[in-house]
Amino acid sequence: MTASATVEMGTELPPLVLPPISRTTLALFAGASGDRNAIHIDIDAAHAAGLEDVFAHGMLSMAYLGRLLTSWVPQSRLRSWSVRFTAITPVLAEPTCTGTVTAVDGRTATVDLAVALPDGAVTLTGTAIVELP
Amino acid sequence: MAEASRTIAAIVGQEQGPVTVEVERGRLVAFGRAIGETDPTYTDVEAARAAGHPDLPAPPTFLFGLDLETADTLGFLAARGVDLGAVLHGEQAFTYHAPVHAGDTLTFASTFAEAYSKAGGKLDFLVRRTRVTRAGELVAELDNTAVIRNGGPS
Repeated sequence: MTASATVEMGTELPPLVLPPISRTTLALFAGASGDRNAIHIDIDAAHAAGLEDVFAHGMLSMAYLGRLLTSWVPQSRLRSWSVRFTAITPVLAEPTCTGTVTAVDGRTATVDLAVALPDGAVTLTGTAIVELP
Repeated sequence: MAEASRTIAAIVGQEQGPVTVEVERGRLVAFGRAIGETDPTYTDVEAARAAGHPDLPAPPTFLFGLDLETADTLGFLAARGVDLGAVLHGEQAFTYHAPVHAGDTLTFASTFAEAYSKAGGKLDFLVRRTRVTRAGELVAELDNTAVIRNGGPS
């Protein structure tokens, strides 16, 4: 499904439901993205920081939100966006990405974004400015 | 707002780069696979060309990691006394001015723009602003707010 001329306040993007984030995914994402903080891939580094286990990169969840947006509109229409990381995403978590149009102003739409876990914890919130056709 | 700790406040005003790096096609494929991308536009050059791209497009967040690695921001902060185990990513923003594709040569120039403290000094915030250019043309701007937990693990 793609955004059409019928985008209006309250329009919901088709949610993106992710499978559990495995340790393999964290390792592959660290290498492919360049986000190599050991706290995401090395349990010894996590322990040294006082954590029980590694946790997912915030930018992995933001990349999932990017997939939510680019499966809705061509990427060239994404003008700007920002997120706040509101909670840690534990390894093996199953995030769901959602987006809702909260304003339409001429040829741009404002989309409120969120990533949540099955227990209700919200890990990211954000806003995107998207150009309409 | 309250002042950040001495270690963090001393970083404000410092710059990184400019550093230059090529966007590699194979890296974009690896990134797409790592994030479970199902749209072949991002992992298959033929599909990208069929969609009107000159090569694989860089997905929306790709520039973040490329900058982090190329500028070695984690090493830069560690060398200035920041405990990387205490650093969390607080906020991230992107503004796009032109599409980026595999084969592009990009230059990243960053400034640590401001720092402040919250929660009675338990948390420091450090804002880093990055301009990404291609042959002098501004293609994207990134704003990264790091959160540094003071006083050891919590």
